[in-house]
Amino acid sequence: MKELINLTINDQAYEVAVAPNQTLVDVLRYQLELTGTKKGCELGDCGSCTVIMDGKPVNSCLVLAMQAVGKDIKTIEGLETEQGLHPVQKAFVEKQGVQCGFCTSGMILSAKSLLDKNGDPTEHEIRKALSGNLCRCTGYQKIIESVQAASKGVSK
Amino acid sequence: MSEYDVINSRAARLDAPDKVTGRAVFVDDMSMPGMLYGAMLQSPVAHAKILNVDISEALKLPGVKSVVTAKEAGLINYGVSPARYDETLFCSDRVRYVGDEIAAVAAVDLETAMEAVSLIKVTYEELPILLTVEEAMAEGAPQLHDKYPGNICAEVHQEFGDVATAFKECDIIKTTTFTNKRQDAAFIEPQGVLANYDLSGHLTLYSSTQVPHYVQRIVSMVLGLPMGKVRVVKPYVGGGFGIKAATNPMELAACLLSMKTRKPVKMNYSREQVFLFSRARHQFVHKMTTGVKKDGTIVALEHECYLDGGAYSSFGIATVYYAGSLLGGPYKLQNMKYDGYRAYTNKPACGAHRGHGGVAARACWEQQLDMIAEELNMDPLDFRLMNMMETGDVSCNDLSMSSFGMRECIEAIKEGSDWKSKKGKLPKGKGIGMACGFFVSGAGYPIYRSDTPHSTMVIKLTEDGGSAILYSGSAEIGQGSDTAFAMIAAETIGIPLENVRIESGDTDFGVDLGAYSSRQTLMTGHATKEAAEDVKQQVLDVLSKELNVAVEEMDIKQGRIIFKNETPDYSVLKTAYIKEHRGWTDQPEGAYLTFNEAARIAFLVKGPIVGTGKYSPPILGGRFKGAAVGTSPAYGCSAMIAEVSVDMDTGHVTVDKVTDAHDCGKAINRTSVEAQMQGSISMGLGEALFEEVKFDDKGHIINSDLAEYKIPTILDMPPVDAIVVETNEPNGPFGAKEVGEGGIMPVIPAILNAVYDAIGERIYELPMSSERIYMALNKKNKK
Repeated sequence: MKELINLTINDQAYEVAVAPNQTLVDVLRYQLELTGTKKGCELGDCGSCTVIMDGKPVNSCLVLAMQAVGKDIKTIEGLETEQGLHPVQKAFVEKQGVQCGFCTSGMILSAKSLLDKNGDPTEHEIRKALSGNLCRCTGYQKIIESVQAASKGVSK
Repeated sequence: MSEYDVINSRAARLDAPDKVTGRAVFVDDMSMPGMLYGAMLQSPVAHAKILNVDISEALKLPGVKSVVTAKEAGLINYGVSPARYDETLFCSDRVRYVGDEIAAVAAVDLETAMEAVSLIKVTYEELPILLTVEEAMAEGAPQLHDKYPGNICAEVHQEFGDVATAFKECDIIKTTTFTNKRQDAAFIEPQGVLANYDLSGHLTLYSSTQVPHYVQRIVSMVLGLPMGKVRVVKPYVGGGFGIKAATNPMELAACLLSMKTRKPVKMNYSREQVFLFSRARHQFVHKMTTGVKKDGTIVALEHECYLDGGAYSSFGIATVYYAGSLLGGPYKLQNMKYDGYRAYTNKPACGAHRGHGGVAARACWEQQLDMIAEELNMDPLDFRLMNMMETGDVSCNDLSMSSFGMRECIEAIKEGSDWKSKKGKLPKGKGIGMACGFFVSGAGYPIYRSDTPHSTMVIKLTEDGGSAILYSGSAEIGQGSDTAFAMIAAETIGIPLENVRIESGDTDFGVDLGAYSSRQTLMTGHATKEAAEDVKQQVLDVLSKELNVAVEEMDIKQGRIIFKNETPDYSVLKTAYIKEHRGWTDQPEGAYLTFNEAARIAFLVKGPIVGTGKYSPPILGGRFKGAAVGTSPAYGCSAMIAEVSVDMDTGHVTVDKVTDAHDCGKAINRTSVEAQMQGSISMGLGEALFEEVKFDDKGHIINSDLAEYKIPTILDMPPVDAIVVETNEPNGPFGAKEVGEGGIMPVIPAILNAVYDAIGERIYELPMSSERIYMALNKKNKK
């Protein structure tokens, strides 16, 4: 049985009818057309569905949509402002932290979440913060360089 | 300073802004009005006769629109190599692995489709199963395919030179055996499709594929549609690594369901189904005997190899050939004998996977060469340098090294890693090792026999003269090919990169064989350059007539027309352009004639300015059977040094640092070249240290998820120093050649050799798990 719930995503209120077993990632992707959040395993292993919920990066395939009621949710679509790309996004473009792009949304959100708490992380802190996000293309090196570049941008 | 304006730079990828904002559209991000959802019934048993398939209950379920089985699909054989079309869309009388496809359903939503699948009743009569090469090749083993007796899918027997005689003049003859494990490609985007058969009888298939052209061909063949009525479109693809270079049953099933229902049909593989479809790295067992003279000259190699192929051929024939032919280099080797066998087993089929066929062979041999160097008391690096091929050398199996910067690669890593002060001088538990490798820049022949160009490119100038648009069937799957082709076009025409746009991955745009065998930079790059030259020529031809200046006296650079000698009076053209553009916002400024103006005038004179290009490889060496596998217009090469720590109590291996050099010819995009090297290293590191697809004794995969099947995380990867070595490849566009796959070649053996340096024990079986290293340490202690 579906139920109407209210979600706050990227500072916007949504009213959406969901079944109790529907995951947040499915509601984002298939009901709200926020397809920037990707789905790579549906088991919480790959991190491509990462969103920021109340300031913490979470796998949205492991969150039921109903559990997200009353939470502040940030998806990749919510990072750009009128001033343009978020510094982390900009750094991923400049340092080529991007290859196929499928893990990118999750990587960027995990990185943003780290930098929000720690504007000048060490390389190891970056690795720890992104260790829940799998990437098969890059070998992670340019992702680390992107986050480092962004952190310099943020801490400036 | 580079002599180029666009290429050879670190230009940002054209697709990066879309990808960092979540706007890039992958296939599962697409939807269509009235779209149905498909699901597939796959065999739960590894080997059985199908006695009956009953779909009646499934059909009765409300919301189900179509159920298709072999009865509806027919039994047209397909596969990858026409010589071994051994698959049908659905099994009719027999299933050969857990995951073999039996039926597919289209319904109003995914839940209904999956429920319908569960209502299909299949009666199986189970048959004995074969899970290893030994079982498959044993006398009296059950036959998986009637056409291929002894369960031998393919065998190769080649000899170049005279190995038996050559061994007689050798001072050291060393034999080792080595095995890897079945790997999964573990791209992060599972395969997905959206098929739309429209009411005028045209089929469009959106698919997460590396090879729109081959998929178009197989879909048209299996479903009996003219190729002209089948269009395959590749949206953004989340990695492929070879696996998405084989047409999958879901692509065919979705098309068939769309034809039956006349509705768009969407389907996706779950992560488990990615493992079930597999088509990734084979398990190889290599036995190699190498003969060397006491001065260090490598004289002969005798090589026997067995591949656990799984239930079908897929790319397997090419794989078994590559496993032998890619040892023809990079060393001067005059005598090589190879016997390879690929056996059918009741497991998912293996196929092409980054470094196709050559990765385990390279690991086996490069470790053996290290052992020989030690026996010779030579530095393994000097031993390799001494035997290294040079530019212009041709291997005993006719691989021609038209450019070959291996010496520079070795020198670069030697210096970059401070090899001299570390090799042989590290404490117990610390090790350093090196290895070399090389790879093709595209296969010399298409997968099916044909005289088709391997790539075509169309470049159209926009009518305002402001932009060039590339139309290509090539496949951007994350490697950065779209950006590379746009850079080649911009450089060739003489305009800034921001004035170039590319539309790719669509069979409507032309033939391109796709992203496999590291072919696109060289082959599609050539077609791009030719099309861009055509466009440039057309614009200059018009200018020549209008201004009465010979074409040879003009050029285009950075968006401006260059007059090499006297500058003519072009004010008439400028005035004409301004009149044309009255009210527009992009009036040219500056005291020169711009490309925009020239291209607009050319359009007014000639109509659409469309340039075309194509590429077919030159006739390549080798008249022997199987010569088509391994011959390529060019070869990339690489050398790598790994530094490791081994926990002497637990056996845990950590790779601390990697120094890697790759000769990619001329780098079109330097950042993308490094990115391919770094990605290759992580995939090789995973295979070396922990990746292994595991089966139970009934043929079920027991780790078909990304928690139990471990790929490297960001914490597993060491800092990588990626050194780009450039040569000028005569057969490449602007001198460019491959980097996508060659980069993986030295990774595993460099780590193997480093682990040996750390623990003093050789490892002959992958992965180098803590358990395996611990056992090796125990064995050593007992000695």
